[in-house]
Amino acid sequence: MKSILTIVCCFLFVSISHSQDRYLTKSGAINFYSKAPMEDITADNNQVLSIVDAANGKMAISILMKSFLFEKALMQEHFNENYVESDKYPKATFKGDILNFDAITETPSQQKVKGMLTIHGVSKEITIDANFTKTEDAILVDGNFIIEVDDYNIEIPAVVAKNIAKKIKVSFDFNHKPYKK
Amino acid sequence: MKKLLFAIFLLTISTSIYSQDDLLDILEDETPENTSENIVTSTFKGTRILNGHSIENRKDKELEFIISHRFGAINLGFDELFGLDQSNIRFALEYGLTDNLTVGLGRSSFEKTFDSFFKYSILKQKTGASSFPVAVSFFGSIAAKTQDEEFPVLERTFSENLSYVGQVLIARKFSQSLSLQVTPTYIHRNTVRDIADPHGIFALGFGGRVKLSKRVSFNSEYYHTFDQSTSIDARNSLAFGVDIETGGHVFQLILSNAITMIEKSFIAENTGDFFGGDIHFGFNISRTF
Repeated sequence: MKSILTIVCCFLFVSISHSQDRYLTKSGAINFYSKAPMEDITADNNQVLSIVDAANGKMAISILMKSFLFEKALMQEHFNENYVESDKYPKATFKGDILNFDAITETPSQQKVKGMLTIHGVSKEITIDANFTKTEDAILVDGNFIIEVDDYNIEIPAVVAKNIAKKIKVSFDFNHKPYKK
Repeated sequence: MKKLLFAIFLLTISTSIYSQDDLLDILEDETPENTSENIVTSTFKGTRILNGHSIENRKDKELEFIISHRFGAINLGFDELFGLDQSNIRFALEYGLTDNLTVGLGRSSFEKTFDSFFKYSILKQKTGASSFPVAVSFFGSIAAKTQDEEFPVLERTFSENLSYVGQVLIARKFSQSLSLQVTPTYIHRNTVRDIADPHGIFALGFGGRVKLSKRVSFNSEYYHTFDQSTSIDARNSLAFGVDIETGGHVFQLILSNAITMIEKSFIAENTGDFFGGDIHFGFNISRTF
């Protein structure tokens, strides 16, 4: 009987410590950059939510599309209305694994992250490189990658083909702090 | 002992359920309630439904240049190339002082009229916790006719040539594809053609759009005027058209029984009979800087 109790207690302890291993940010930064012959378009979102579970190396990101700020209000309106259709698909999300989480230390290192990126209602598996640093009270992640708008059913009409690139560079920078529920 | 064990067991399950929470669900819970994201946007594509103003304002520090044309009536026949030989034009510069206040200056070739206006958004349509069903804006304008009279004896002073328009724009975006607007309007003219004509005119406008695709919508607009001028064969203004949006431009192609593009004229001084064939083809082109 006592041994069962011990095991249960161990489980309890494990699961409690487990939930303390999470790191969260509510002010992550994402920038995207479109370089086209006619114009360069860039937009910033500094309200990105991201969470890392240090117990199993899982990671999730949630991006509110309407929080992207553009240089011109009309670009922002068209982005939400015509391209990503924010009323229908308010969020972009990522959910995946940091492949070699245990290798992350106080010295910055590049690690692969693999998971499902969902934009405009379309999910696609991606694997990207990101720079990770883990300190006592933070997990820092930054990097960039390229997405192709075609992959996410985002249509660019011929008349603006010279204004909007088909390949968009996405940069991100997250500073996760310990998450206490 | 058993009870204690059971309690610990329950606790374990509950904590492990908690710790197995999907990470995205945690992010969902942590998402701050941001009211500004719940404001309904893009009720109409342009700042005009067709002839009249829509609820849409220009954004902060945005300058828009609008060129509008109305050609002659289609029923003028081949000799006038179905109205295309005649043309009526308005140029305007419209500027967003803030996200909620737009001011504009325009000049119409019809009666060489200058107009200036402001449009102020007082209430926004919202969804979510603090929802509100409609968007409301105030619109006010002054127009000055500068064309010389045919006979010097009819010559009027500057202030006699002025007219004023006040409107309350009330609009609702019912869905992605359907938006409707009701526009109570009051027009005051300092001078009228005939002593029997009213100086003040009430009208009620109805307008709407149905989106045909992401960048194309079908619009219609009707103004019902309650006290028409009797010295002219005044008619209510009716218009149908399409909006085509391409990047920084909005094109509006219009069929209307009105040949003018400012409120006091197309609401109060319109004589075209739409169903009798007095249909004017026209367009608005806007370019935002």
